[in-house]
Amino acid sequence: MSSAALSVGSLAAGYGGVLALKDVSLTAAPATITVVLGANGAGKTTLLRTVSGLVRPRAGRVLVDDTDLTGRPPEDVARAGVAHVPEGHGVIAELTVEENLRLGAMSWRRDGRNTGRAARAAAVAAACDRFPNLGRRRHKPAAVLSGGERQLLAIARALLARPRVLLLDEPSLGLAPRAVRQVMELISQLRAESGLTILLVEQNARGALAIADQGVVLSLGTVVATADAGTLAADVALRHHYLGY
Amino acid sequence: MLEFLQFTLSGISFGAVYAAVALSLVLIWRGTRILNFAQGAMAMFTTYIALEVIRGTGSYWAGFAVALAAGLVFGALAEVTVIRPVEGKPPLNAVIVTIGLLVLVEGLAGIIYGGQYRSFPAAFTVTGLRAGRSPLGISWFDVFTVLAVLAAAAALAAGFRYTTAGLRLRATAFDARIARLLGVRVGRVLTLGWALAGLLGALAGLLISPSTFLYPNSMDSIFVFGFTAAVIGGLDSPAGAVAGGLILGVLLSYAGGYLGSELTPLAGLVILALVLTFRPDGLFAGVRLRRV
Ligand SMILES: Nc1ncnc2c1ncn2[C@@H]1O[C@H](COP(=O)(O)OP(=O)(O)OP(=O)(O)O)[C@@H](O)[C@H]1O
Ligand SMILES: [Mg+2]
Repeated sequence: MSSAALSVGSLAAGYGGVLALKDVSLTAAPATITVVLGANGAGKTTLLRTVSGLVRPRAGRVLVDDTDLTGRPPEDVARAGVAHVPEGHGVIAELTVEENLRLGAMSWRRDGRNTGRAARAAAVAAACDRFPNLGRRRHKPAAVLSGGERQLLAIARALLARPRVLLLDEPSLGLAPRAVRQVMELISQLRAESGLTILLVEQNARGALAIADQGVVLSLGTVVATADAGTLAADVALRHHYLGY
Repeated sequence: MLEFLQFTLSGISFGAVYAAVALSLVLIWRGTRILNFAQGAMAMFTTYIALEVIRGTGSYWAGFAVALAAGLVFGALAEVTVIRPVEGKPPLNAVIVTIGLLVLVEGLAGIIYGGQYRSFPAAFTVTGLRAGRSPLGISWFDVFTVLAVLAAAAALAAGFRYTTAGLRLRATAFDARIARLLGVRVGRVLTLGWALAGLLGALAGLLISPSTFLYPNSMDSIFVFGFTAAVIGGLDSPAGAVAGGLILGVLLSYAGGYLGSELTPLAGLVILALVLTFRPDGLFAGVRLRRV
Protein backbone atom coordinates (compact mmCIF):
# COMPACT_ATOMS: atom_id res chain seq x y z
CA MET A 1 0.00 0.00 0.00
CA SER A 2 1.03 3.54 0.70
CA SER A 3 3.85 4.89 2.82
CA ALA A 4 1.38 5.93 5.53
CA ALA A 5 2.37 5.10 9.11
CA LEU A 6 -1.28 4.99 10.10
CA SER A 7 -4.17 4.55 7.76
CA VAL A 8 -7.79 4.37 8.77
CA GLY A 9 -10.27 3.48 6.05
CA SER A 10 -14.07 3.88 6.17
CA LEU A 11 -14.17 3.09 9.86
CA ALA A 12 -17.53 2.62 11.57
CA ALA A 13 -17.91 1.89 15.27
CA GLY A 14 -20.29 2.51 18.12
CA TYR A 15 -21.77 1.48 21.42
CA GLY A 16 -24.85 -0.71 21.49
CA GLY A 17 -27.34 0.77 19.05
CA VAL A 18 -25.48 4.06 18.58
CA LEU A 19 -22.97 4.59 15.79
CA ALA A 20 -20.39 7.02 17.11
CA LEU A 21 -18.19 6.75 14.00
CA LYS A 22 -19.57 6.49 10.49
CA ASP A 23 -17.22 6.10 7.58
CA VAL A 24 -14.13 7.81 8.98
CA SER A 25 -10.98 7.76 6.85
CA LEU A 26 -7.61 9.36 7.45
CA THR A 27 -3.96 8.72 6.72
CA ALA A 28 -0.96 9.96 8.62
CA ALA A 29 2.53 10.04 7.10
CA PRO A 30 5.48 8.87 9.20
CA ALA A 31 6.82 11.37 11.72
CA THR A 32 3.85 13.71 11.54
CA ILE A 33 1.33 15.08 13.99
CA THR A 34 -2.32 14.79 13.01
CA VAL A 35 -4.69 16.66 15.24
CA VAL A 36 -8.27 15.42 15.51
CA LEU A 37 -10.72 18.21 16.32
CA GLY A 38 -14.43 18.39 16.90
CA ALA A 39 -17.12 19.26 19.40
CA ASN A 40 -18.00 17.16 22.45
CA GLY A 41 -19.46 13.87 21.34
CA ALA A 42 -18.08 14.16 17.80
CA GLY A 43 -16.44 10.75 18.07
CA LYS A 44 -12.81 11.68 18.67
CA THR A 45 -12.31 9.36 21.63
CA THR A 46 -14.17 6.60 19.84
CA LEU A 47 -11.81 6.96 16.89
CA LEU A 48 -8.75 6.45 19.10
CA ARG A 49 -10.42 3.58 20.94
CA THR A 50 -11.25 1.86 17.70
CA VAL A 51 -7.70 2.23 16.42
CA SER A 52 -6.26 0.79 19.63
CA GLY A 53 -8.77 -2.05 19.78
CA LEU A 54 -10.76 -0.98 22.85
CA VAL A 55 -13.82 -0.66 20.63
CA ARG A 56 -14.44 -3.19 17.87
CA PRO A 57 -15.06 -1.67 14.47
CA ARG A 58 -18.32 -2.50 12.69
CA ALA A 59 -16.72 -1.79 9.33
CA GLY A 60 -13.53 -0.43 7.83
CA ARG A 61 -9.81 -0.96 8.23
CA VAL A 62 -6.98 0.05 10.54
CA LEU A 63 -3.47 -0.30 9.11
CA VAL A 64 -0.22 0.53 10.86
CA ASP A 65 2.81 0.45 8.57
CA ASP A 66 0.70 -1.73 6.30
CA THR A 67 0.02 -4.26 9.04
CA ASP A 68 -3.70 -4.89 9.28
CA LEU A 69 -4.78 -4.41 12.89
CA THR A 70 -8.52 -4.22 12.28
CA GLY A 71 -10.50 -5.75 15.10
CA ARG A 72 -7.44 -7.04 16.97
CA PRO A 73 -7.59 -6.91 20.77
CA PRO A 74 -5.85 -3.96 22.47
CA GLU A 75 -2.91 -6.00 23.77
CA ASP A 76 -2.08 -7.13 20.23
CA VAL A 77 -2.42 -3.62 18.85
CA ALA A 78 -0.14 -2.34 21.61
CA ARG A 79 2.41 -5.02 20.84
CA ALA A 80 2.26 -4.08 17.17
CA GLY A 81 3.51 -0.61 18.09
CA VAL A 82 0.49 1.54 18.85
CA ALA A 83 0.54 3.35 22.19
CA HIS A 84 -2.73 4.87 23.38
CA VAL A 85 -2.80 7.45 26.16
CA PRO A 86 -6.53 7.44 26.93
CA GLU A 87 -8.78 10.26 28.01
CA GLY A 88 -7.90 11.10 31.61
CA HIS A 89 -4.35 9.70 31.18
CA GLY A 90 -4.89 6.19 32.61
CA VAL A 91 -2.06 6.35 35.12
CA ILE A 92 -2.52 3.59 37.71
CA ALA A 93 -2.54 5.64 40.89
CA GLU A 94 -1.99 2.67 43.22
CA LEU A 95 1.26 1.68 41.53
CA THR A 96 4.45 3.64 41.98
CA VAL A 97 5.71 6.00 39.31
CA GLU A 98 8.41 3.51 38.45
CA GLU A 99 5.99 0.59 38.24
CA ASN A 100 3.84 2.58 35.84
CA LEU A 101 6.91 3.21 33.73
CA ARG A 102 8.03 -0.43 33.90
CA LEU A 103 4.62 -1.49 32.61
CA GLY A 104 5.26 0.67 29.58
CA ALA A 105 8.50 -1.15 28.81
CA MET A 106 7.16 -4.64 29.38
CA SER A 107 5.75 -5.60 26.01
CA TRP A 108 8.40 -4.65 23.49
CA ARG A 109 8.05 -6.23 20.12
CA ARG A 110 11.07 -8.03 18.71
CA ASP A 111 12.41 -5.59 16.19
CA GLY A 112 16.09 -6.41 16.38
CA ARG A 113 16.76 -4.16 19.34
CA ASN A 114 17.80 -5.48 22.72
CA THR A 115 14.73 -6.44 24.72
CA GLY A 116 16.50 -7.84 27.79
CA ARG A 117 15.80 -6.99 31.39
CA ALA A 118 18.78 -4.64 31.61
CA ALA A 119 17.68 -2.76 28.49
CA ARG A 120 14.23 -2.28 29.99
CA ALA A 121 15.62 -1.03 33.27
CA ALA A 122 17.89 1.36 31.38
CA ALA A 123 14.93 2.68 29.41
CA VAL A 124 12.99 3.31 32.61
CA ALA A 125 16.01 5.05 34.14
CA ALA A 126 16.35 7.22 31.05
CA ALA A 127 12.70 8.25 31.33
CA CYS A 128 13.28 9.19 34.97
CA ASP A 129 16.20 11.36 33.89
CA ARG A 130 14.26 12.99 31.11
CA PHE A 131 11.35 13.83 33.42
CA PRO A 132 13.00 14.83 36.70
CA ASN A 133 9.65 15.51 38.39
CA LEU A 134 8.82 11.86 37.86
CA GLY A 135 12.32 10.60 38.60
CA ARG A 136 12.40 12.29 41.98
CA ARG A 137 9.28 10.41 43.03
CA ARG A 138 9.86 7.17 41.20
CA HIS A 139 9.22 5.09 44.31
CA LYS A 140 6.10 7.01 45.38
CA PRO A 141 2.60 5.94 44.35
CA ALA A 142 1.49 7.79 41.24
CA ALA A 143 -1.40 9.11 43.34
CA VAL A 144 0.94 11.79 44.76
CA LEU A 145 1.51 13.38 41.33
CA SER A 146 -0.30 16.49 40.15
CA GLY A 147 -2.58 16.34 37.12
CA GLY A 148 0.12 17.67 34.83
CA GLU A 149 2.67 15.24 36.18
CA ARG A 150 0.29 12.35 35.69
CA GLN A 151 -0.20 13.37 32.09
CA LEU A 152 3.59 13.45 31.66
CA LEU A 153 3.83 10.04 33.31
CA ALA A 154 1.20 8.64 30.96
CA ILE A 155 3.08 9.99 27.96
CA ALA A 156 6.43 8.78 29.29
CA ARG A 157 4.92 5.35 29.89
CA ALA A 158 3.52 5.26 26.36
CA LEU A 159 6.91 6.23 24.92
CA LEU A 160 8.60 3.43 26.86
CA ALA A 161 6.59 0.99 24.77
CA ARG A 162 8.76 2.10 21.78
CA PRO A 163 5.66 2.82 19.72
CA ARG A 164 5.49 3.63 16.04
CA VAL A 165 2.17 5.38 16.46
CA LEU A 166 1.16 7.40 19.51
CA LEU A 167 -2.50 8.17 20.20
CA LEU A 168 -3.09 11.02 22.65
CA ASP A 169 -6.58 11.81 23.91
CA GLU A 170 -6.86 15.38 25.21
CA PRO A 171 -3.54 15.43 27.04
CA SER A 172 -4.08 19.07 28.02
CA LEU A 173 -7.51 18.55 29.56
CA GLY A 174 -7.76 20.09 33.00
CA LEU A 175 -4.17 21.29 33.09
CA ALA A 176 -2.98 24.76 34.09
CA PRO A 177 -1.83 26.91 31.14
CA ARG A 178 1.83 26.38 31.98
CA ALA A 179 1.40 22.60 32.06
CA VAL A 180 -0.53 22.75 28.76
CA ARG A 181 2.40 24.52 27.10
CA GLN A 182 4.81 21.97 28.55
CA VAL A 183 2.78 19.07 27.21
CA MET A 184 2.39 20.65 23.76
CA GLU A 185 6.13 21.33 23.58
CA LEU A 186 6.87 17.77 24.55
CA ILE A 187 4.58 16.46 21.82
CA SER A 188 6.24 18.49 19.11
CA GLN A 189 9.67 17.46 20.39
CA LEU A 190 8.70 13.80 20.16
CA ARG A 191 7.85 14.04 16.52
CA ALA A 192 11.13 15.80 15.78
CA GLU A 193 13.41 13.49 17.73
CA SER A 194 11.96 10.03 17.28
CA GLY A 195 10.09 9.88 14.01
CA LEU A 196 6.92 9.05 15.87
CA THR A 197 3.56 9.36 14.16
CA ILE A 198 1.15 11.09 16.49
CA LEU A 199 -2.63 11.25 16.43
CA LEU A 200 -3.60 13.99 18.85
CA VAL A 201 -7.15 14.66 20.01
CA GLU A 202 -7.54 18.15 21.42
CA GLN A 203 -10.21 20.61 22.51
CA ASN A 204 -7.58 23.31 22.50
CA ALA A 205 -7.69 23.62 18.71
CA ARG A 206 -5.50 26.68 18.42
CA GLY A 207 -2.63 25.23 20.45
CA ALA A 208 -2.87 21.87 18.77
CA LEU A 209 -2.96 23.24 15.21
CA ALA A 210 0.15 25.25 16.03
CA ILE A 211 2.21 22.09 16.50
CA ALA A 212 0.39 19.81 14.02
CA ASP A 213 1.10 19.01 10.40
CA GLN A 214 -2.40 17.95 9.52
CA GLY A 215 -5.86 18.47 10.97
CA VAL A 216 -8.99 16.34 10.78
CA VAL A 217 -12.33 17.73 11.92
CA LEU A 218 -15.00 15.31 13.07
CA SER A 219 -18.65 16.11 13.52
CA LEU A 220 -21.26 13.58 14.58
CA GLY A 221 -18.99 10.71 13.68
CA THR A 222 -18.00 11.80 10.20
CA VAL A 223 -15.01 13.70 8.82
CA VAL A 224 -16.09 17.17 7.76
CA ALA A 225 -12.64 18.48 6.91
CA THR A 226 -9.11 17.20 6.37
CA ALA A 227 -6.36 19.65 5.54
CA ASP A 228 -2.90 20.70 6.56
CA ALA A 229 -2.84 22.45 9.90
CA GLY A 230 -2.10 25.92 8.56
CA THR A 231 -5.03 25.78 6.13
CA LEU A 232 -7.43 24.70 8.86
CA ALA A 233 -6.23 27.39 11.24
CA ALA A 234 -6.80 29.99 8.52
CA ASP A 235 -10.30 28.80 7.63
CA VAL A 236 -12.38 31.24 9.63
CA ALA A 237 -15.78 29.78 8.69
CA LEU A 238 -14.75 26.25 9.64
CA ARG A 239 -13.21 27.47 12.87
CA HIS A 240 -16.40 29.28 13.82
CA HIS A 241 -18.63 26.45 12.87
CA TYR A 242 -16.83 23.42 14.31
CA LEU A 243 -14.05 24.63 16.54
CA GLY A 244 -15.66 27.54 18.32
CA TYR A 245 -12.88 30.11 18.17
CA MET B 1 -5.32 -17.51 81.73
CA LEU B 2 -3.85 -20.73 80.34
CA GLU B 3 -7.17 -21.42 78.68
CA PHE B 4 -7.07 -18.03 77.03
CA LEU B 5 -3.60 -18.76 75.69
CA GLN B 6 -4.71 -22.15 74.38
CA PHE B 7 -7.75 -20.69 72.64
CA THR B 8 -5.62 -17.94 71.13
CA LEU B 9 -2.97 -20.29 69.79
CA SER B 10 -5.39 -22.78 68.32
CA GLY B 11 -7.39 -19.87 66.90
CA ILE B 12 -4.28 -18.66 65.11
CA SER B 13 -3.75 -22.12 63.66
CA PHE B 14 -7.28 -22.39 62.28
CA GLY B 15 -7.13 -18.74 61.30
CA ALA B 16 -4.09 -19.45 59.13
CA VAL B 17 -6.18 -21.86 57.08
CA TYR B 18 -9.00 -19.33 56.76
CA ALA B 19 -6.34 -16.84 55.70
CA ALA B 20 -5.16 -19.15 52.92
CA VAL B 21 -8.72 -19.56 51.63
CA ALA B 22 -9.35 -15.82 51.98
CA LEU B 23 -6.16 -15.05 50.07
CA SER B 24 -7.21 -17.36 47.27
CA LEU B 25 -10.62 -15.70 47.05
CA VAL B 26 -9.03 -12.24 47.05
CA LEU B 27 -6.64 -13.22 44.24
CA ILE B 28 -9.58 -14.21 42.10
CA TRP B 29 -11.74 -11.29 43.16
CA ARG B 30 -9.05 -8.72 42.35
CA GLY B 31 -8.48 -10.07 38.87
CA THR B 32 -11.95 -11.01 37.75
CA ARG B 33 -14.44 -9.50 40.25
CA ILE B 34 -15.78 -13.00 40.67
CA LEU B 35 -16.42 -14.79 43.94
CA ASN B 36 -15.45 -18.40 43.33
CA PHE B 37 -17.97 -20.47 45.25
CA ALA B 38 -16.17 -23.61 44.08
CA GLN B 39 -12.91 -22.63 45.78
CA GLY B 40 -13.52 -24.91 48.77
CA ALA B 41 -14.76 -27.78 46.65
CA MET B 42 -11.68 -27.64 44.45
CA ALA B 43 -9.52 -27.76 47.57
CA MET B 44 -11.48 -30.78 48.81
CA PHE B 45 -10.82 -32.55 45.52
CA THR B 46 -7.08 -31.87 45.52
CA THR B 47 -6.95 -33.21 49.07
CA TYR B 48 -8.51 -36.48 47.88
CA ILE B 49 -5.81 -36.59 45.23
CA ALA B 50 -3.21 -36.08 47.95
CA LEU B 51 -4.73 -38.95 49.91
CA GLU B 52 -4.51 -41.25 46.88
CA VAL B 53 -0.90 -40.32 46.25
CA ILE B 54 0.03 -40.75 49.92
CA ARG B 55 -1.53 -44.20 49.91
CA GLY B 56 0.12 -45.13 46.63
CA THR B 57 3.61 -43.86 47.39
CA GLY B 58 3.65 -43.99 51.17
CA SER B 59 5.05 -40.47 51.17
CA TYR B 60 3.12 -37.61 52.75
CA TRP B 61 5.22 -35.04 50.96
CA ALA B 62 4.63 -36.59 47.55
CA GLY B 63 0.90 -36.23 48.18
CA PHE B 64 1.42 -32.70 49.46
CA ALA B 65 3.33 -31.66 46.34
CA VAL B 66 0.95 -33.35 43.92
CA ALA B 67 -2.05 -31.68 45.59
CA LEU B 68 -0.47 -28.24 45.27
CA ALA B 69 0.34 -28.89 41.62
CA ALA B 70 -3.19 -30.16 41.04
CA GLY B 71 -4.52 -26.99 42.66
CA LEU B 72 -2.50 -24.90 40.20
CA VAL B 73 -3.75 -26.91 37.24
CA PHE B 74 -7.39 -26.99 38.37
CA GLY B 75 -7.39 -23.26 39.04
CA ALA B 76 -6.01 -22.52 35.58
CA LEU B 77 -8.35 -25.02 33.93
CA ALA B 78 -11.39 -23.58 35.68
CA GLU B 79 -10.52 -20.10 34.48
CA VAL B 80 -9.87 -21.13 30.89
CA THR B 81 -12.86 -23.45 30.48
CA VAL B 82 -15.80 -22.16 32.49
CA ILE B 83 -14.87 -18.69 33.76
CA ARG B 84 -13.50 -17.12 30.55
CA PRO B 85 -16.93 -17.18 28.87
CA VAL B 86 -18.58 -15.25 31.73
CA GLU B 87 -15.83 -12.69 32.33
CA GLY B 88 -17.20 -9.21 31.77
CA LYS B 89 -20.76 -10.53 31.73
CA PRO B 90 -23.34 -9.65 34.41
CA PRO B 91 -22.10 -10.84 37.84
CA LEU B 92 -24.96 -13.30 38.24
CA ASN B 93 -23.64 -15.38 35.33
CA ALA B 94 -20.38 -15.94 37.17
CA VAL B 95 -22.19 -16.73 40.41
CA ILE B 96 -24.21 -19.39 38.65
CA VAL B 97 -21.16 -20.84 36.92
CA THR B 98 -19.07 -21.10 40.09
CA ILE B 99 -21.96 -22.59 42.07
CA GLY B 100 -22.43 -25.03 39.21
CA LEU B 101 -18.74 -25.89 39.45
CA LEU B 102 -19.15 -26.40 43.21
CA VAL B 103 -22.00 -28.84 42.68
CA LEU B 104 -20.12 -30.61 39.90
CA VAL B 105 -16.88 -31.05 41.85
CA GLU B 106 -18.62 -32.20 45.02
CA GLY B 107 -20.79 -34.57 42.99
CA LEU B 108 -17.74 -36.00 41.23
CA ALA B 109 -15.97 -36.49 44.55
CA GLY B 110 -19.02 -38.31 45.88
CA ILE B 111 -19.12 -40.59 42.85
CA ILE B 112 -15.40 -41.31 42.79
CA TYR B 113 -14.56 -41.46 46.48
CA GLY B 114 -17.92 -42.07 48.14
CA GLY B 115 -19.44 -40.05 50.96
CA GLN B 116 -17.72 -41.59 53.96
CA TYR B 117 -15.47 -39.58 56.24
CA ARG B 118 -11.79 -40.33 55.73
CA SER B 119 -9.03 -39.38 58.06
CA PHE B 120 -6.26 -37.42 56.47
CA PRO B 121 -2.69 -37.56 57.78
CA ALA B 122 -0.78 -34.59 59.17
CA ALA B 123 2.77 -33.75 58.22
CA PHE B 124 3.92 -33.73 61.82
CA THR B 125 2.76 -35.13 65.09
CA VAL B 126 -0.57 -33.81 66.31
CA THR B 127 0.19 -34.51 69.97
CA GLY B 128 -0.04 -31.35 72.01
CA LEU B 129 2.87 -29.06 72.69
CA ARG B 130 3.63 -28.12 76.27
CA ALA B 131 5.30 -25.20 77.97
CA GLY B 132 6.75 -26.91 81.02
CA ARG B 133 3.78 -28.83 82.36
CA SER B 134 1.08 -26.69 80.76
CA PRO B 135 -0.47 -27.91 77.54
CA LEU B 136 -0.58 -25.16 74.92
CA GLY B 137 -3.51 -26.55 73.00
CA ILE B 138 -1.56 -26.79 69.75
CA SER B 139 0.76 -29.29 68.06
CA TRP B 140 3.80 -29.14 65.83
CA PHE B 141 1.42 -29.57 62.93
CA ASP B 142 -0.38 -26.39 63.98
CA VAL B 143 2.96 -24.61 64.02
CA PHE B 144 3.65 -25.99 60.56
CA THR B 145 0.21 -24.85 59.40
CA VAL B 146 0.82 -21.27 60.46
CA LEU B 147 4.34 -21.20 59.04
CA ALA B 148 3.24 -22.74 55.74
CA VAL B 149 0.49 -20.17 55.24
CA LEU B 150 2.71 -17.27 56.24
CA ALA B 151 5.43 -18.53 53.90
CA ALA B 152 2.94 -18.83 51.04
CA ALA B 153 1.61 -15.35 51.74
CA ALA B 154 5.13 -13.91 51.93
CA ALA B 155 6.14 -15.64 48.71
CA LEU B 156 3.05 -14.26 47.03
CA ALA B 157 3.71 -10.76 48.34
CA ALA B 158 7.31 -10.91 47.12
CA GLY B 159 6.17 -12.24 43.76
CA PHE B 160 3.65 -9.43 43.41
CA ARG B 161 6.23 -6.87 44.32
CA TYR B 162 9.43 -8.00 42.65
CA THR B 163 8.53 -9.92 39.50
CA THR B 164 7.23 -8.71 36.18
CA ALA B 165 4.42 -11.26 36.34
CA GLY B 166 3.48 -9.80 39.72
CA LEU B 167 3.43 -6.30 38.29
CA ARG B 168 1.20 -7.50 35.47
CA LEU B 169 -1.14 -9.12 37.99
CA ARG B 170 -1.40 -5.96 40.05
CA ALA B 171 -1.84 -3.72 37.02
CA THR B 172 -4.61 -5.98 35.75
CA ALA B 173 -6.29 -5.97 39.16
CA PHE B 174 -6.24 -2.18 39.35
CA ASP B 175 -7.16 -1.42 35.76
CA ALA B 176 -7.44 -4.22 33.22
CA ARG B 177 -8.24 -1.82 30.39
CA ILE B 178 -5.06 0.17 30.92
CA ALA B 179 -3.05 -3.02 31.32
CA ARG B 180 -4.29 -4.23 27.95
CA LEU B 181 -3.40 -0.90 26.33
CA LEU B 182 0.13 -1.47 27.62
CA GLY B 183 0.28 -4.86 25.94
CA VAL B 184 -0.47 -7.03 28.97
CA ARG B 185 -2.14 -10.25 27.85
CA VAL B 186 -4.83 -10.02 30.46
CA GLY B 187 -6.24 -13.46 29.67
CA ARG B 188 -2.98 -15.13 30.69
CA VAL B 189 -2.72 -12.96 33.77
CA LEU B 190 -6.18 -14.03 34.93
CA THR B 191 -5.31 -17.66 34.32
CA LEU B 192 -2.21 -17.20 36.46
CA GLY B 193 -4.30 -15.60 39.22
CA TRP B 194 -6.74 -18.51 39.24
CA ALA B 195 -3.88 -20.98 39.21
CA LEU B 196 -2.27 -19.36 42.24
CA ALA B 197 -5.64 -19.28 43.97
CA GLY B 198 -6.05 -22.98 43.25
CA LEU B 199 -2.66 -23.64 44.82
CA LEU B 200 -3.55 -21.71 47.97
CA GLY B 201 -6.86 -23.54 48.21
CA ALA B 202 -5.07 -26.87 47.88
CA LEU B 203 -2.71 -25.82 50.67
CA ALA B 204 -5.69 -24.96 52.88
CA GLY B 205 -7.25 -28.38 52.19
CA LEU B 206 -4.04 -30.17 53.13
CA LEU B 207 -3.68 -28.19 56.33
CA ILE B 208 -7.25 -28.39 57.61
CA SER B 209 -8.22 -31.95 56.66
CA PRO B 210 -6.32 -33.68 59.52
CA SER B 211 -8.66 -31.89 61.93
CA THR B 212 -11.93 -32.02 59.96
CA PHE B 213 -11.78 -35.40 58.17
CA LEU B 214 -12.17 -35.50 54.43
CA TYR B 215 -15.55 -35.92 52.70
CA PRO B 216 -17.18 -34.26 49.68
CA ASN B 217 -18.58 -31.36 51.74
CA SER B 218 -15.68 -31.11 54.14
CA MET B 219 -14.48 -27.74 52.83
CA ASP B 220 -17.89 -26.04 52.75
CA SER B 221 -17.64 -24.46 56.18
CA ILE B 222 -13.96 -23.63 55.61
CA PHE B 223 -15.01 -21.81 52.45
CA VAL B 224 -17.58 -19.80 54.39
CA PHE B 225 -15.02 -18.89 57.04
CA GLY B 226 -12.46 -18.06 54.36
CA PHE B 227 -15.01 -15.83 52.65
CA THR B 228 -15.80 -14.14 55.96
CA ALA B 229 -12.09 -13.56 56.50
CA ALA B 230 -11.78 -12.07 53.02
CA VAL B 231 -14.69 -9.74 53.74
CA ILE B 232 -13.12 -8.70 57.05
CA GLY B 233 -10.00 -7.86 55.07
CA GLY B 234 -11.93 -5.91 52.46
CA LEU B 235 -12.01 -8.55 49.64
CA ASP B 236 -9.48 -6.51 47.69
CA SER B 237 -6.47 -6.67 49.93
CA PRO B 238 -4.15 -9.68 50.20
CA ALA B 239 -2.70 -8.38 53.47
CA GLY B 240 -6.24 -7.78 54.73
CA ALA B 241 -7.18 -11.36 53.86
CA VAL B 242 -4.35 -12.76 55.96
CA ALA B 243 -5.15 -10.44 58.88
CA GLY B 244 -8.87 -11.20 58.47
CA GLY B 245 -8.20 -14.95 58.60
CA LEU B 246 -6.17 -14.71 61.78
CA ILE B 247 -8.69 -12.38 63.45
CA LEU B 248 -11.58 -14.64 62.53
CA GLY B 249 -9.74 -17.76 63.66
CA VAL B 250 -9.06 -16.28 67.08
CA LEU B 251 -12.59 -14.90 67.51
CA LEU B 252 -14.16 -18.22 66.53
CA SER B 253 -11.83 -20.04 68.86
CA TYR B 254 -12.92 -17.83 71.78
CA ALA B 255 -16.56 -18.30 70.83
CA GLY B 256 -16.16 -22.06 70.61
CA GLY B 257 -14.03 -22.27 73.73
CA TYR B 258 -16.01 -20.04 76.06
CA LEU B 259 -19.53 -20.42 74.66
CA GLY B 260 -19.47 -23.96 73.32
CA SER B 261 -18.12 -25.40 70.08
CA GLU B 262 -21.62 -25.89 68.64
CA LEU B 263 -21.82 -22.10 68.47
CA THR B 264 -18.78 -21.69 66.20
CA PRO B 265 -20.68 -21.65 62.88
CA LEU B 266 -23.24 -19.25 64.31
CA ALA B 267 -20.48 -16.97 65.60
CA GLY B 268 -18.98 -17.00 62.11
CA LEU B 269 -22.27 -15.86 60.60
CA VAL B 270 -22.72 -13.16 63.25
CA ILE B 271 -19.24 -11.80 62.53
CA LEU B 272 -19.92 -11.85 58.77
CA ALA B 273 -23.23 -10.03 59.27
CA LEU B 274 -21.64 -7.44 61.56
CA VAL B 275 -18.81 -6.72 59.15
CA LEU B 276 -21.13 -6.50 56.15
CA THR B 277 -23.40 -4.14 58.07
CA PHE B 278 -20.91 -1.84 59.71
CA ARG B 279 -17.70 -2.17 57.69
CA PRO B 280 -18.75 -3.46 54.25
CA ASP B 281 -15.38 -2.42 52.82
CA GLY B 282 -13.51 -4.36 55.47
CA LEU B 283 -12.01 -3.48 58.82
CA PHE B 284 -9.04 -1.79 57.21
CA ALA B 285 -10.94 0.31 54.66
CA GLY B 286 -9.55 3.80 54.30
CA VAL B 287 -6.04 2.67 55.17
CA ARG B 288 -5.47 1.51 51.64
CA LEU B 289 -5.26 3.82 48.68
CA ARG B 290 -8.50 4.61 46.99
CA ARG B 291 -9.22 2.57 43.88
CA VAL B 292 -9.54 4.81 40.85
N1 LIG C 1 -19.03 4.03 26.59
C1 LIG C 1 -20.01 4.57 25.84
N2 LIG C 1 -21.22 4.00 25.81
C2 LIG C 1 -22.21 4.53 25.03
N3 LIG C 1 -22.06 5.61 24.29
C3 LIG C 1 -20.88 6.23 24.28
C4 LIG C 1 -19.79 5.74 25.05
N4 LIG C 1 -18.73 6.55 24.85
C5 LIG C 1 -19.14 7.49 24.00
N5 LIG C 1 -20.42 7.31 23.64
C6 LIG C 1 -21.19 8.14 22.68
O1 LIG C 1 -20.51 8.13 21.45
C7 LIG C 1 -20.47 9.42 20.89
C8 LIG C 1 -19.03 9.83 20.63
O2 LIG C 1 -18.38 9.94 21.88
P1 LIG C 1 -16.83 10.22 22.00
O3 LIG C 1 -16.47 10.01 23.43
O4 LIG C 1 -16.10 9.46 20.98
O5 LIG C 1 -16.77 11.77 21.66
P2 LIG C 1 -15.59 12.80 21.81
O6 LIG C 1 -15.47 13.49 20.51
O7 LIG C 1 -14.38 12.15 22.35
O8 LIG C 1 -16.20 13.80 22.88
P3 LIG C 1 -15.45 14.67 24.00
O9 LIG C 1 -14.90 15.86 23.34
O10 LIG C 1 -16.57 15.04 24.94
O11 LIG C 1 -14.44 13.80 24.65
C9 LIG C 1 -21.21 10.32 21.85
O12 LIG C 1 -22.52 10.47 21.37
C10 LIG C 1 -21.21 9.57 23.14
O13 LIG C 1 -22.37 9.85 23.88
MG1 LIG D 1 -13.30 12.36 24.09
